[in-house]
Amino acid sequence: MIPRTNNSVAVKCHNLKKIYGEGQAAVQALRQVDLEVRTGELLMLVGPSGCGKTTLISIIAGILDQSEGDCLVFEQDFKSMRVQDKTRYRGQNIGFVFQAYNLIPALTAAENVAVPLLLHGAKRSQATERAREVLKQVGFDDRMMGSLPAELSGGQQQRVAIARAMVHNPKLIVCDEPTSALDHDNGQRIMELLRQVALQEGRALVVVTHDARIFGFADRIARMDDGRIEQVVRSPNELNGGKK
Amino acid sequence: MNFVALKMLIGDRAKYLGILMGLTFASLLITQQLSIFVGLMGRTFGFLSDTAQADIWVMDPKVQFIDDVKPLQDTVLYRVRSVSGVEWAVPLYKGLIKARLGDGNFQTCNVVGLDDATLLGGPPEMIHGKLADLRRSDGVIVDDVGAADKLAKVGPDGKSVPLQIGDTLELNDRRAVVVGICKITRTFQSQPMLYTTYTRAVQFAPAERHLLSFIMVKSKPGENIQAVCKLITKVTGYAAYTSSQFKSVTVSYFMKYTGIPINFGISVLLGFIVGTAIAGQTFFNFTLDNLRYFGTLKAMGASNGTLLRMIVLQAALAGGIGYGLGVGAASAFGWATKHTELAFQLPWQLLVLSAGAVVLICVGSALVSMLKVVRLEPAIVFRS
Repeated sequence: MIPRTNNSVAVKCHNLKKIYGEGQAAVQALRQVDLEVRTGELLMLVGPSGCGKTTLISIIAGILDQSEGDCLVFEQDFKSMRVQDKTRYRGQNIGFVFQAYNLIPALTAAENVAVPLLLHGAKRSQATERAREVLKQVGFDDRMMGSLPAELSGGQQQRVAIARAMVHNPKLIVCDEPTSALDHDNGQRIMELLRQVALQEGRALVVVTHDARIFGFADRIARMDDGRIEQVVRSPNELNGGKK
Repeated sequence: MNFVALKMLIGDRAKYLGILMGLTFASLLITQQLSIFVGLMGRTFGFLSDTAQADIWVMDPKVQFIDDVKPLQDTVLYRVRSVSGVEWAVPLYKGLIKARLGDGNFQTCNVVGLDDATLLGGPPEMIHGKLADLRRSDGVIVDDVGAADKLAKVGPDGKSVPLQIGDTLELNDRRAVVVGICKITRTFQSQPMLYTTYTRAVQFAPAERHLLSFIMVKSKPGENIQAVCKLITKVTGYAAYTSSQFKSVTVSYFMKYTGIPINFGISVLLGFIVGTAIAGQTFFNFTLDNLRYFGTLKAMGASNGTLLRMIVLQAALAGGIGYGLGVGAASAFGWATKHTELAFQLPWQLLVLSAGAVVLICVGSALVSMLKVVRLEPAIVFRS
């Protein structure tokens, strides 16, 4: 399950376990997961609903604590960090792209993209300027930058979300079902964008998806089932029986 | 992140207006009802406010408020004058006497009899005539509201004509001639006020063994008024209150023995509860609706402190605007009704009290929301 690449390790999970609840009500969401993600790599986590993809991505992103095992992100162990240090680290080093975009409805596209910078104490003018630069990279013009999310199409909103995920130059971007709310064409365009723009500068990308149409954009695909990583492949054709 | 917090709040127009409406309503109802309450309570001692020359009021110890007259022996006046520290002491008659109007109707009037020699205790402002005109035969001075309303004559065309100088009344079958029109502070009782001399007032009054209602006293310059009061009580056995004490005694009576505070208290409480319910619930709903975004911010690196500051700012903005609108509306109400019977007084203390109530509502609403956000797991952002 170790990728054949010389790039440095971005994420390293070893013997990772996650149990929700206690006693008889306990549910084991992750069972001894071992996984590595390298910089410059786009790794897709695929598998049926409830197989543990979201739990794994949440632990990798530092927004959920594991029950057992280790998960190092750029050699930093969230387990040993205080809550505020973890929050700060996450804010500086991790970008998020959500299935439902999660753009704040009252903010314009540029203002939404500026939020991660504002959270790090940047001045509003500087943050907005940088946000506009990144929005240009994802194909936004000046008019669209001033639009509210409700005035944008699904594809445009996801592009804003991608710009927001990389505006503060994080080392790792985690994406949860980035194309599930989009039609085929828009889904393809979003994945092209993620590969072209987000994967630059040695970033690592972890994408959780059900969408078999975008498997081709992955450098590696990790197929999960029942809390385990069953298979890690380089091409969708190598997946067992072609299933996710 | 302040601007993000404010845009989140204002951007959700429906909820923002709901929160503002709740806070405005609470602030308006609390301020307006308390202003009327304070206005009404102020009227209970309106006569005392108008009679500012006296430092001390001497009366029967059983007197509970300004209109609760328990007459004194005339000799008490001389005993009070004998107390050291007393500059002057004058008699005052105060009582309700029925006046017979020109059209044959009767109207109960509040008659005040002033010391014949000094006319101390007269109305604070004369509109027509002079206070000294009371020395004219059968002279009475009538307050302008009473003259224009309850004591008004009926003109040949059937319209009401205000009582004027030279018009006559019958008080207990005795003739009284209007020699002046005055302006007084509105009192709790709505009867017209008639000022006359003490001698004439006791002639108008129904026969009683004693007719001296109060003794108004001025202490000598430099004297401790409280000490003089104590000395008067010691020498005469009667109650002696400073003006402010007598006002307090009067207000206490109304607070204790009338349903006014309870009625207004209920209105104020209702305003507070309804305001809390509307604003609090809407604010909490606003937070719940935005929980996904708060979770997103948390995932992206916003600390609990940052999110709490955002909520406090949102609550403070809504509270400030709601309070301003409510107090503004209450003030406009007071201004619009200033020439009516309605008692309305808005001292700065009420503004502070109302602000306190709004702060309480906002803090309560914000606390519930804060709790929700603090307990929020950022991992919810990945749950669809």
